[in-house]
Amino acid sequence: MSKDLSVDVSPESLKEDGRPKWDNKFQYILSCIGFAVGLGNVWRFPYLCQIHGGGAFLIPYFIALIFEGIPLLHLELALGQHLRKGSISAWNTISPYLGGVGVGSWMVSVLVSLYYNTVLTWVMWYFINSFQEPLPWSVCPLNENRTGLNEECYESTAVNYFWYRKTLNITPDVTENGTLQWWLVLCLAACWGIVYLCTIRGIETTGKAIYVTAIFPYLVLTIFLIHGLTLPGATEGLAYLFTPNLNILKNPHVWLDAATQIFFSLSLAFGGLIAFSSYNPPKNDCEKDAVTVAIVNCMTSLYASIPVFSVLGFKATTGYWDCLDRNIISIINKFDLPEQSIVRQNYTTWIRLLNSSYPEKIAGLKLKSCDLQEFLDQSVSGTGLAFIIFTQAVILMPGSQAWAILFFIMLFSLGLSSMFGNIEGVFTPLLELQIISKSTPKELISGIICLISFLIALCFTLGSGSYWIDIFDSYAGSLPLLVIAFFEVIGVAYVYKIKRFSKDVKWMTGRNPNLYWQITWRYISPLLLLIVFVAFVTLQIQKSPSYGAWNPKYEDFPMKEEKVYPPWVLAICVLLAVFPCIFVPLVALFHLIKRMLGSKDPSSVPPEVFSCQGANSNFPHPKI
Amino acid sequence: ILFLLIMLLSPCVLLHAIMCRVSCSYGYAWDANEEYLFKAMVAFAMRRYSSKSTTQISNVLLCNVTDRVSFWFVVTDSTKNVTTVPGSEVEEAVRMNRNRINSAFLLNDKTLQFLKISSTLSPPVEPSTPVWLIVFGVVLCLTVAGIVFLIVSGIQRKNKESSETENLEEKCEVTVTIENGIPCETLDLKAGHINGVYAADDERFTSL
Repeated sequence: MSKDLSVDVSPESLKEDGRPKWDNKFQYILSCIGFAVGLGNVWRFPYLCQIHGGGAFLIPYFIALIFEGIPLLHLELALGQHLRKGSISAWNTISPYLGGVGVGSWMVSVLVSLYYNTVLTWVMWYFINSFQEPLPWSVCPLNENRTGLNEECYESTAVNYFWYRKTLNITPDVTENGTLQWWLVLCLAACWGIVYLCTIRGIETTGKAIYVTAIFPYLVLTIFLIHGLTLPGATEGLAYLFTPNLNILKNPHVWLDAATQIFFSLSLAFGGLIAFSSYNPPKNDCEKDAVTVAIVNCMTSLYASIPVFSVLGFKATTGYWDCLDRNIISIINKFDLPEQSIVRQNYTTWIRLLNSSYPEKIAGLKLKSCDLQEFLDQSVSGTGLAFIIFTQAVILMPGSQAWAILFFIMLFSLGLSSMFGNIEGVFTPLLELQIISKSTPKELISGIICLISFLIALCFTLGSGSYWIDIFDSYAGSLPLLVIAFFEVIGVAYVYKIKRFSKDVKWMTGRNPNLYWQITWRYISPLLLLIVFVAFVTLQIQKSPSYGAWNPKYEDFPMKEEKVYPPWVLAICVLLAVFPCIFVPLVALFHLIKRMLGSKDPSSVPPEVFSCQGANSNFPHPKI
Repeated sequence: ILFLLIMLLSPCVLLHAIMCRVSCSYGYAWDANEEYLFKAMVAFAMRRYSSKSTTQISNVLLCNVTDRVSFWFVVTDSTKNVTTVPGSEVEEAVRMNRNRINSAFLLNDKTLQFLKISSTLSPPVEPSTPVWLIVFGVVLCLTVAGIVFLIVSGIQRKNKESSETENLEEKCEVTVTIENGIPCETLDLKAGHINGVYAADDERFTSL
């Protein structure tokens, strides 16, 4: 019955539907780009490039972009633009049986908004601490009786101590909740305040804010690029990043990582893109928009990895030089040689000489072996890259406050523009549901959303908060998206039918989608998504879910202690992964049952008859 | 002369000697003048510590100066016959005045090392309000100000819109009621119009 519903909207009625719209096309494109370009472009892509064979990783990355990223992006943008509704109503319009897809993507947006803003809280905490001289993560504090440095700090590093103790105040186990960290609560309130400020009236306000939050990161990246390239050791870092190792392509993990990275990087299946494009004028070239956004996102990832790896190379080189210098000092002190006799350049010759003449003395010094490759191999992604590695590198730069401030403002803008997309994915469908009356001001609705999210997100400011954020990120922000995207493509290609969709797109853009789109929408993208989903699930099941806990009492401290999740936490993980996906079959089942019950009762009159009679009574009788 | 050398060397064999190490790759070479300054600083430290002004530069003896620049030194006490001041006293004196000694050489605790004397760790300067709280306050104030401004402007806009629609409705009520295409006002209903046709017929009717 749903297939008979006409979804063609006449152009005249669109002008008066009162839907908010973008001030100009640039705002819309910038919002989509801001949503897609997020923290992952800075701290996940360079890491993947590094561990998956450098330049060779770009091959599976671009293949995934062409066959998975761009088709799905075009699909979502065209869908939103044509139906002019948020995700829930849009999928309901396509088919009531597919309404679950919209509800699922709304749920994922809610879950991701909750924990994503807490990551921004951490960024803000580091930002407001960057105004101190010296930077608080550069020195270890003293212990209680002022005899030495704090033990936890001394055994790990000052940077680690500041992150794990001063910021997170992390507990040694995910089951130990700890208390609410008041400084994080304050920052969380400020972050949600800023999000509320920018999304208070929907796209009216985010459209203005996006000019700053989407463009500013590019400025800072450029500044870091120029500065990073002048740092010593930058070329080593870049060479390490981009040296292609083509053998890596034989490893299926690499292809899987490329596919998932493209998928999550473009922020597909959140419903936010559908919401953004629903505010577009209907005759807008969504095909060009999709290609533009996808290419800008990928270029940004590449552009961001250059300063990141210059700085990492600088940090590795500085660490290597420090290691050498320490060894040199101990040798000089032991043998009472004059200063400057041993320098980094002739270190190896000296070591060989001394080892042959005084092997016992050299052995007694316990010199550490300094290997530049080892320092470069210390690769980290995610929060570790930003809050540990990068902060350490920033201390070594002259003018560290300015660099730290710039870096954290950039991260904050990147995250904030992605938050806009997430909040829009939550906000727009709510406005269209019948539960909220039309007279409620938008400010109130967005205020309530932000307030409820703030209260729930307080859980992430507990001592065990960062473990929970990892759980949310791995389970709620990954698997459901694959499922929802799969059903999106299948729904449009086989329920709504590609022929009809192509006609709609032609009406919007003025040309029929060409063979590339037809093939990818119909066959390649669904197949690719299915393969990625199966591979992802298989890999997740194979490795037992464990996490690295920061435990000062661990014997191998400062290495992280590998712990297994207790069963109740595992249950929550499964729930997070399954809950958004479950709506897809649930809603379909609900409508199926409703239809079956409806057809069983012959006395019930189909609703079309009533509407005709109602329509007749409205017409004025001509004979009166 | 041999006797003098032996006299000079022997103090370093004593237990009270302290080892000192200088990393002087920072702009000047270690020569006899630097040694003289060092002796002066140690004498100064001893004077300040024991507050008796008897220690002279000649009381400080350096020995075993190597190219690395490291040496041992002792402080003798001229009041008591050629005895050396106990190492612990010298250590304490140097520790108290470490800052001054370092600054005289433009060096720090790492580059001018006294072995066996651990540097006292000075606690970092803590301002009364942590800096981050101030920055946080600024950010929060800006955010709240922005929110209040937007909400107030939203309410004002809504009031203006609703008062505009009210004005529009009043204008509609002022529109004239129309009967049969003729506005009511032109038909002066209070005063009737005398139809001239009937008035003229009054004379035809005979009077009773």
